[in-house]
Amino acid sequence: MLPMHLSEINLKTDRTNSATKGREEATLKKKSPLQTIGEEQTQNPYTELLVLKAHHDIVRFLVQLDEYRFASAGDDGIVVVWNAQTGEKLLELNGHTQKITAIITFPPLEVCEEKNQLILTASADRTVIVWDCDTGRQVQKVSCFQSTVKCLIVLQRLDIWLSGGNDLCVWNRKLDLLCKTSHLSDTGISALIEIPKNCVVAAVGKELIIFRLVTPTGESLEWDILEIKRLLDHQDNILSLVNVNDLSFVTGSHVGEMIIWNILDWTVQARECNFWDPSPQLDTQQEIKLCQKPNDISIHHFTWDEENVFAAVGRGLYVYNLQMKRVIACQKTAHDSSVLHIAKLPNRQLISCSEDGSVRIWELREKQQLAAEPVPTGFFNMWGFGRVNKQASQPVKKQQENAPPCSLELIGDLIGHSSSVEMFLYFEDHGLVTCSADHLIILWKNGERESGLRSLKLFQKLEENGDLHLAV
Amino acid sequence: MISAPDVVAFTKEEEYEEEPYNEPALPEEYSVPLFPFASQGANPWSKLSGAKFSRDFILISEFSEQVGPQPLLTIPNDTKVFGTFDLNYFSLRIMSVDYQASFVGHPPGSAYPKLNFVEDSKVVLGDSKEGAFAYVHHLTLYDLEARGFVRPFCMAYISADQHKIMQQFQELSAEFSKASECLKTGNRKAFAGELEKKLKDLDYTRTVLHTETEIQKKANDKGFYSSQAIEKANELASVEKSIIEHQDLLKQILSYPHRKSKGSALCSAETEHAQDQADQVATTSNPDESADADLYTCRPAYTPKLIKAKSTKCFDKKLKTLEELCDTEYFTQTLAQLSHIEHMFRGDLCYLLTSQIDRALLKQQHITNFLFEDFVEVDDRMVEKQESAPPKPSPGRPPSRSLDECPIPQVFISVGSYKSSVESVPIKMEQELGDEEYKEVEVTELSSFDPQENLDCLDMDMKGSISSGESIEVLGTEKSTSVLSKSDSQASLTVPLSPQVVRSKAVSHRTISEDSIEVLSTCPSEALIPDDFKASYPSAINEEESYADDSEGAIHFQASISPPELGEAEEGSLENTLSQTDSSCCIGKESDSLRVPLSTPAPTHSDPDGVVSSPPQRYRQKDQGFHVDFAGENASPSRDNSSEGFPAFELDPSRLLASRDVSKTSLDNYSDTTSNMSSIASTSSDRTPSSAHPTGPSSERHKKRAGQNALKFIRQYPFAHPAIYSLLSGRTLVVLGEDEAIVRKLVTALSIFVPNHSRHAKPVKHWVSSPLHITDFQKWKLIGLQRVTSPAGAGTLHTLSRYSRYTSILDLDSKTLRCPLYRGALVPRLADHRTHIKRGSTYYLHVQSVLTQLCSKAFLYTFCHHLHLPAHDRETEELLASRRASFLKLNLGLVNEDMKVVQYLAELLKLHYVQEPPGTGHPTLRFDYVPSFLYKI
Repeated sequence: MLPMHLSEINLKTDRTNSATKGREEATLKKKSPLQTIGEEQTQNPYTELLVLKAHHDIVRFLVQLDEYRFASAGDDGIVVVWNAQTGEKLLELNGHTQKITAIITFPPLEVCEEKNQLILTASADRTVIVWDCDTGRQVQKVSCFQSTVKCLIVLQRLDIWLSGGNDLCVWNRKLDLLCKTSHLSDTGISALIEIPKNCVVAAVGKELIIFRLVTPTGESLEWDILEIKRLLDHQDNILSLVNVNDLSFVTGSHVGEMIIWNILDWTVQARECNFWDPSPQLDTQQEIKLCQKPNDISIHHFTWDEENVFAAVGRGLYVYNLQMKRVIACQKTAHDSSVLHIAKLPNRQLISCSEDGSVRIWELREKQQLAAEPVPTGFFNMWGFGRVNKQASQPVKKQQENAPPCSLELIGDLIGHSSSVEMFLYFEDHGLVTCSADHLIILWKNGERESGLRSLKLFQKLEENGDLHLAV
Repeated sequence: MISAPDVVAFTKEEEYEEEPYNEPALPEEYSVPLFPFASQGANPWSKLSGAKFSRDFILISEFSEQVGPQPLLTIPNDTKVFGTFDLNYFSLRIMSVDYQASFVGHPPGSAYPKLNFVEDSKVVLGDSKEGAFAYVHHLTLYDLEARGFVRPFCMAYISADQHKIMQQFQELSAEFSKASECLKTGNRKAFAGELEKKLKDLDYTRTVLHTETEIQKKANDKGFYSSQAIEKANELASVEKSIIEHQDLLKQILSYPHRKSKGSALCSAETEHAQDQADQVATTSNPDESADADLYTCRPAYTPKLIKAKSTKCFDKKLKTLEELCDTEYFTQTLAQLSHIEHMFRGDLCYLLTSQIDRALLKQQHITNFLFEDFVEVDDRMVEKQESAPPKPSPGRPPSRSLDECPIPQVFISVGSYKSSVESVPIKMEQELGDEEYKEVEVTELSSFDPQENLDCLDMDMKGSISSGESIEVLGTEKSTSVLSKSDSQASLTVPLSPQVVRSKAVSHRTISEDSIEVLSTCPSEALIPDDFKASYPSAINEEESYADDSEGAIHFQASISPPELGEAEEGSLENTLSQTDSSCCIGKESDSLRVPLSTPAPTHSDPDGVVSSPPQRYRQKDQGFHVDFAGENASPSRDNSSEGFPAFELDPSRLLASRDVSKTSLDNYSDTTSNMSSIASTSSDRTPSSAHPTGPSSERHKKRAGQNALKFIRQYPFAHPAIYSLLSGRTLVVLGEDEAIVRKLVTALSIFVPNHSRHAKPVKHWVSSPLHITDFQKWKLIGLQRVTSPAGAGTLHTLSRYSRYTSILDLDSKTLRCPLYRGALVPRLADHRTHIKRGSTYYLHVQSVLTQLCSKAFLYTFCHHLHLPAHDRETEELLASRRASFLKLNLGLVNEDMKVVQYLAELLKLHYVQEPPGTGHPTLRFDYVPSFLYKI
C-alpha cells in the first residue's frame, strides 16, 4: 500500500524529524538532501483537518464549483459534491461505469435564466455526462465516442466545449456535435488549451497542434475546425500545457524541456531544458545515474503568476522568471517522489503535492546576497560529484554568476494521506482540499479561523434561540 | 452546619468497633444536640430503636377476603434480610391504613356493576415498636371471582431509617408507581381475558339452556309450564342478565384510559400492546365485537363449558395468586422493577442524597457535562426538553410578572434544586419535583382550564379548606403540620437551629411517642380531583408527567390558584402572607432559578470572573454550602489530611452502597466531610429530581478499578503529566505494547482523562493491531496499539512515525513517552504522584471534581461574547486574541499549556453546541505544530 515508504523507522531515534524518508530517499540523501522541517511549524496555518470519505478508489480530480463547493472524481467513476466549509457530502453523482478521465465545470451563461452550475465528466467508458451540481441530476449523456475522452475544454465565449481523445470534437451546450477533426493519433490528445483568435492548442504526443475554429457566419452556418500548424520542438511527450498570460503559453515534456511560446504567432520565446542534461557520455561514467530515472525530470505541472512560471520537475520545484528568462529559484528535491500538482498562493506561497503522500508549503524569498557563501542547492550543480570532477574549474565561477537570486523555503508540510496526493484545491476562505490514491479527501483548515467561525456560529445560535443575554 | 440528624449511621452496632466519638469540647454555638437515645447509653450510630431486620426490603401484602391481611413476598427473597421481623403483623398494620375505600358494586342509580379505576394511595407510616418505617403503596387489582371484583394489595418499602422514607418519598412514590402500573396493566389484561372466557361460558350456557327450554316446550303442550320449565326459564333469564353485566364489565376494563400507563418506561412493550387494544376499542363502535374478535384471535383454544349463572361466593375456593392475577410476563417485569427499587434505595440515606445532588447538578451542566461524565446518567429527554422549551408565560398568570421576571431565557435552565422551600413549609411531603418542566407543564395545563371549574371541584373536595388561609399546609400535610406544632414546642430549647433540624427533630420525637403505629403522612393521589372531573380533561395532555405526582400536581394547582382567593378572604394575617410568598415563589420559580445558573454556571466559585452577577441571597447561602462540599472534595486530600493529622479518609461509594457493610475507617475521620455533605444534601434534597437512576454497582466497580490503575500509572511513571496533558488537549495518545491485557488496563485507566466528543461514544480504542490511519486519530483520542515484532509490524510502526505529529506515544515495553512538553499547573493537581489518596474510587472522584472545574472554565471561556467576537467593527483579530489570552491567564488563572487544554475543551463545547442535533457531525482533528520530546524513566 505504501510503495514509497518501505523502511522501518526506529521510533526512539526519530524524534525531531517528522517527515518520513523512504529507503530510496535515504540512499539519495547523501547526494541531494531533502529539505525537511521539524514539528515546529509556526508559519503553517493548517492546524485542523477533516477526513472526507466517499470514494472507493483513487481520487484524481478536484474541481471548484463556487466559493464553498467542490467536486471530486476518480477511478471509482463517481463524482461527489462537497461543502468545503463543513466537509458535508452534498451529492453523489453516479453514472459512469469506469474511471473518470476528465472533469470540468461549465459555467452558466450570464444571459441564460437557468443558473444551475453544470459539470462535464468524461470517463473511460467512452461517455461524457453533463451534471447539474445543484440537483445532482444527470442532464445529458453522450456516448458516441470512438475513444476515451482524455481532456475537456470549455470555450465560454462561444458557449461550446471541446472533447479531446483520439480526435477533437466540438459540442454546443445542448450537446449537439458541431464538428470534429479526423483521427489524430492513437495516443490521443493529452492536453488542450484555448488561445486567442478562436484557436486551440492540443498536445498530441510530442507534437503541439494548433486548430482554428470556424464559427458560423453569414455565408455558412456550419461549424468547422481546421488544423493550422504543427509544432515539433519537443523531443518527448508533452505532459503539461498551460496558458501563462495574454502573451504566451508554456509546455513541458517528459524529458524536462520547457518551452515558452508566443501565443499569437506560436513561435518559441524561450526554452529551458537544463532540467535534463542529455549527456550520454556522462551516463556511462556515473554510477549515481543509476537511481536517476528519466521521469525524475519530467515536467508534470505548471503554475504561474505575473512574473514567474513555476514548474514541477520530477521531484523538484523550479521558478522560472519570464523577464529574466532564467530560473530564479529551485528546490531540486522538494519531495521524496514526483511532484504531481503545484499551485501558487497570493502571498508568495507555493504549495506542492507529491506521490510521496505529503503536501508542502513553500515560500519564495529573495536571497540575501552573500557572495562568499557557496550555494549548496544551486541549480547547476545538480549532478553533484560527477560534474565537479569533470569540470572542476568551471563550476565555481558559474555558480556565482548563476546563483539563483531567490530561494524556496519550506514553511510547512501536511502529513495525512497514506498514499500519493494526486491533486489539491485551494479555497481562500476554507483552506486546502487534497485528494489522494488512498481514497480519501482531506480538508485542511486554519484552526484559528475555524475556531473563530465556530464561536460566531455559537453566538448566532444562542441569539436564534433567544438565549443571548447582553449585559447592559 | 453540623447537626445530629444529619450524621447518619454507616455501621451496625455490633460491627462498630472504634472508640466512641471523642473530640475536645466544641464551643457552645457549634455543639451538636444530644442524640435522643443518648440517655439510654446508645451511641448515635447504633441502630435506631433496634429494628429486627438487617436491611431495607420490599414487602408485598394482600388483604385477602378469606384470611385477612397476609404477606405475599419480600424482595430480596431472603429470610436473612427480614430476620425475626413479623411480616404478618406488619402486613396487618400496613393493610389497615388503606383508606381509598373504593368498592366495585352496584352504585346507586346504576344498573350494572361499575368498575372504579382507583388511583393508588401512598402512605408513609412508622412502627416504633418494630423499629420499622415504611412507604406503603396501596393498589387494587381486579379479580372476577373476588368480592366486588377487587383484591386490595400493597407494596411497602420497609426501612429502619425514617429519614430515608421521608426524604425519598417522591422517588419512592415515582418508582413504586411504575411497578404498580405494570401490575395493574397486566391485571387489566388478565381480567379482560377472564371476562372473555366467562362470556364464552355464559353464551354457551345460554345456548344449552335455550335448547333445553325449547325441548321442554315441545315435550309438554298441555298449556302450562312445569316448575322445571319455569326454573329453566328463570335460569335463562339470569344468564342473559349475567351476560349483559359481564359485557359491560369488559367494556369498562377495555376502555381504561391508557394514557395512564404511557409514562412508564418499564411497561413500554405492554403499553404498545394495550394501546393497540385500546385503539381497537376506540375505532369500533361496539367494544364487544372487538373483544370477541380479540378473543378468537388470541385464545382460539378455549372451549366453553356449562356454568351456573350465579357465581357462588364461597370461602372454600382458592383465590388466584398475584402471578395469576397479572400476566406472568408483567409479574416478572414488576418483580424486576421492585428489585430495581430495592437496589436503587439500598444503602445509606446520606449516600442516596449525595448521589442525587450529584445527578441534579450534572443535569444543570447540560452544556458541558458530555465532556467527562458517563452517558447513562444523563437524561437526554430532560435535556432536550430544557433546551427546547423555554418557559412561556401562560395566559392564566398575570402577564406583567412573568414578563418581568423572565425577560430573556437564559443560556441554560436549571433544575431548581437549590431553591428549597423548606424554610417556609417545614414538613412538606408534596414537594415540587424541582424540575422545570413539571412546573411548566402544570402551569400551562392549569391555565388551559377554566379557573372557576377548578375552584368548583376543589370546593367539592376540600370542604371549604380553601378559605382557611393555610391551605397549602393543610392540604399537603395535614397531619405533619399538627405534628410539627407539637414537636416544635418540645424542641424549642434549641432555638438557633435551622428549620431543617427542626424538621428532623420533629420526626425523631415522633418515633418515641406512645402510638405504636402512626401515619406520618398520607398522600391520597388524585383525591382532590374527582373522577368526573378527570373525565373532563380536555385531552390526555401531560398526563404522564403529572401522573407520577398527581398529588403534587394538585398541591401545586392549589398554590397557584389560591393567592388571589386568599388575598380576598383574609388580608394581613400571618399565614396568609406566608403562603402567599410561597406561592408567588412557586410562580416565579422559572425565572428565579433561571437567573441563578447564569451567574454561576457551574462550580466556579474560585474563579474571579467578571461575568458573574450577584446571585439571589438564598441561593448564595446554598452555594456556599456547596462550595464547602466542593472544596472538601477538590482540595488536594493529601494536604488536607496531613495537616490535620488524620489518615487519608476514603469515602467509598461502593462501600456505602453495600449497605451496612462494615466500614473500617473510623467515622471520626470523615465525619466532617460527611456531615457537611449530608447537611447540604438535606437542605436541597427536597428538590432533587427523582427520575434519574443511580449508576449500578458494576460501573461503580469499573470506576474504582480505572481510578486505581490511573493512580498506579501516576505513581509509576514520572512522565504521567505530559501524557495526561496530551489526553486533555486532544492529542491522541497511543499506548504501545505487546501484552494486550496490560495495554487494555492502562487504556481503561487513562480513559478517565479523555474528553468526550459527544454523549454517545467515548473516543477510546482499547486495542488495535492493524496500522493506524489518519481517520483513527480523528476518531480516537486514546488508542491501545499492539506492538508486533514480525515484519508485518513494521508497517504499524512506520505509520506511527509518519503521523507522529498527531500523536503522543507511550511505549509500555521500553517505558518511554514521546510527546510535547508540559509546564502547566493543572495536571500536577490532577495527578499528583505524592497524593495520599489510596482508593481508586476516591481518586476517580478527585479527577472528576478537578475536571468539572476545568469544564466550567471552558464554559466561561466559550460563552464569553467579548472574547470571541469584536465589540465593534474596528477591533482587530489581534486585539481579540490578546483579550482571549489575558482572560485565560488572568481570569481563569491558567498558565502555559493549560490554556491549550481549555481551548481544546472550548472547541468541543462549541462543536457540540452548534451541531444539529448535538453529537452528530464530523469531528475535526485539531493539532499543533509543536516539537515532541522523549521521556524515559
